Amino acid sequence: MNWMEYFNAFWVGGAICAICQIFIDKTKLTPARILVSLVVLGVALQAFGLYQPVVDYAGAGATVPLLGFGYSLAKGVAKAVAESGLLGAFTGGVTGAAGGIAAAIVFGCLFALIARPKSRS
Amino acid sequence: MKLDKQSYQRLLEQKSPPSPLPLDCLKAFLFGGAICTVGEAVSNFWQWRGLETTDAAAATSITMVFLGALLTCLHLYEKLAKHAGAGTIVPITGFANSIVSPAMEFKSEGLVLGVGAKLFVIAGPVLAYGISASVIYGLVLMLLGGGGGA
Amino acid sequence: MIEHIGQRTLYLTGRPYLLSHASAVGKKEGEGPLGAYFDFVTEDDRMKQKSWELAESALQKTAIHLAIQKAGLHKGDLDVILAGDLLNQCTGSFLASVDSDTPYLGQYGACSTMAQGLALGGCLVEGGAARRLLAAASSHFCSAERQYRFPLAYGGQRTPTAQWTATAAGAAVLGAHGTGRIRLTHVLFGKMVELGVKDANNMGAAMAPAAYDTISALLSDLGAQPTDFDCIVTGDLGHVGADLLLTLLRTDGIDLSPVYSDCGSLLFGDEQDAHAGGSGCGCSAAVLCGPLLRDMQAGKIRRLVFAGTGAMMSPTSVQQGQPIAGICHAVVIERSDA
Repeated sequence: MNWMEYFNAFWVGGAICAICQIFIDKTKLTPARILVSLVVLGVALQAFGLYQPVVDYAGAGATVPLLGFGYSLAKGVAKAVAESGLLGAFTGGVTGAAGGIAAAIVFGCLFALIARPKSRS
Repeated sequence: MKLDKQSYQRLLEQKSPPSPLPLDCLKAFLFGGAICTVGEAVSNFWQWRGLETTDAAAATSITMVFLGALLTCLHLYEKLAKHAGAGTIVPITGFANSIVSPAMEFKSEGLVLGVGAKLFVIAGPVLAYGISASVIYGLVLMLLGGGGGA
Repeated sequence: MIEHIGQRTLYLTGRPYLLSHASAVGKKEGEGPLGAYFDFVTEDDRMKQKSWELAESALQKTAIHLAIQKAGLHKGDLDVILAGDLLNQCTGSFLASVDSDTPYLGQYGACSTMAQGLALGGCLVEGGAARRLLAAASSHFCSAERQYRFPLAYGGQRTPTAQWTATAAGAAVLGAHGTGRIRLTHVLFGKMVELGVKDANNMGAAMAPAAYDTISALLSDLGAQPTDFDCIVTGDLGHVGADLLLTLLRTDGIDLSPVYSDCGSLLFGDEQDAHAGGSGCGCSAAVLCGPLLRDMQAGKIRRLVFAGTGAMMSPTSVQQGQPIAGICHAVVIERSDA
C-alpha cells in the first residue's frame, strides 16, 4: 500500500478546506457563495489545464472538495465536445458529474422519508 | 451622544469578538483532510474491485455522497460541522448534507413542495452555476475548434 | 388616564395590575442557570407535535394557560390577547390562540414583542378598552432556524457574535383592578434606530443603539438615575450588545452597570455553547415572566425597567442588502408595599 498517496490526499484536501475557512471567517462570504465559487473555479482551473496535475498528485484530496466537482464537470464537457461537438457542450458536464448529483438527490429523498430533524442543544 | 454610522461601526468592530481563525483553520484542515483521506481509501477500494479510473471516480463520488447523507440523517454531520466548519462544508459530503438537510427539514410541508422543492434550496446555486460554467467552457472549446463529431 | 411625561414617556395613572405571569421553556433553557425559575420545562422540544411551528404554538399555549390559571381566571374572562412571535404572519401565536374564543391582536416587534405587548396592553387597560388582557410572546429555536437560517441538520458554523434563539414562551395578565402588588406604571414606545449593521449574526450590535435611545429617553423624561431602579433589564442584546449599550451610555456619563442585566445573557450559561447569548421573543418573555417577576413578588426587586429589544429584519430584507434596524420598547414595573 502506498502511504504517500493517502498523505497527499490528506494535506491537499485539508489545505483547500483551510483556505476556504479563511474566506468564511474573514470575508463574511456565506458558505453558499463559497461553494458556488469553488465549483466555478474548479471548471475554470480545469479549463486552463491547471487542475489535472493537482488531481494526479493528490487523488481524492483534489476530487472530494467541491473544486473536484467543477473538475468533473469540465472534464466531462471536454470529452463530450471532442466526441459529439455542440451537443457535447450541453450534455458533457452533467454526464461527468451525474453520479454525485443523482446520488445526492436520491439519498436526499430517501433519507428525508426515514429521518426527521432533531432539536439541537 | 449623537451616534453616526462610521463611529458606531468602529465601536462594534472593537466590541465584537472575531472568529478564532488559527483554530478554525486547523480544525478545517484536519477534518477536511480526514474526509479526503477516506475518499482516497474509497477510490482505492473501487479500483481494487476492478473499476477503471473514470468509473472508480464516479463510484467514489456516489459513495462519499452516501456517507455524507447517512451522517446527516443520523444527526452526526451537524455535530462534526460545528467544529469542522469549511472542513465539512467544502468536501462533496457537505454537498450531500446541503441537499439532505433541507429535504428532512421541510418534510413537514409535504413530499412535493416540501421535500422535492426544498431539496435544492442550498445546493441549487452550485448546480446552476457549475453546470452553466461547464456549458460555457464547452462552447468555448467548440469555438476554438476543439469539437470532433457533429 | 395616560399622562405624557417629558418627550416620550407615558405615565399610566391607574397603574394597571400585573395579575399573573407564567413561563414555559425548552430543554436547553431548562438546563440553564435560570432553569429552576420557569413554570414549565419541556423534555421534548417537539412538544409531541407534527411540526416545529405547532411545537412553538403548544409552548405559547402552555404559558398562556398557566398565566390564566394563576390569575384565577377562566377562558373567556379576557377581553383581548396580544401575542406575537418571530415566524411569518405570527404563525406560532395565531395557532396558539385560534381556539381561545377571545379577541386576538397579533403583535410583531421581533424580540421586543413581549415589551410591545405589555406597553400596548397597559395603554388599552388604562384607556378602558380592556378590563383584563393577556400579553404573550414565544420563540422556538427550531422554527426560527428553518425560517431565518438553515435546516437543523445542515452543517453550519456559528460565529462568536451569533445568538441562540431561545425555545421559550412567556405570558402575563394585566388588569385594571386587582389585589396584587405588582403594577405597570410607565410605558415608552421605541423608535427604530439603524446604524448600518448588516450582519445577521450580530444582532446585539444592531439592537444596542435602540436600547441606548430608549433607556436614555426614559431616564431623562423621568429625571431619574439608573440607581433609582433596582434593575434595568434589556431584552436580548446578548454579551456583545450589552457591552455596546453600557459603552454608549458611559459616553453620556451614565453608568448603568450597577443595576443592569440582559435577558439574553442571563438565559444560558457559558458552557452551553450559546455564543453571544439567547435571543428570540421567548427569551425576554420567559425571563420576565419567570425569574424577574418572581423576584418582584418576593420583594427582591421593587422597581424594574423592562426594555425589550428587537432587530427589525427579515430573510428577504437581509438578502436584499438592507441594514438591520433595532427597536426597544420599555415598561416600568413597580411593586407597592401597601
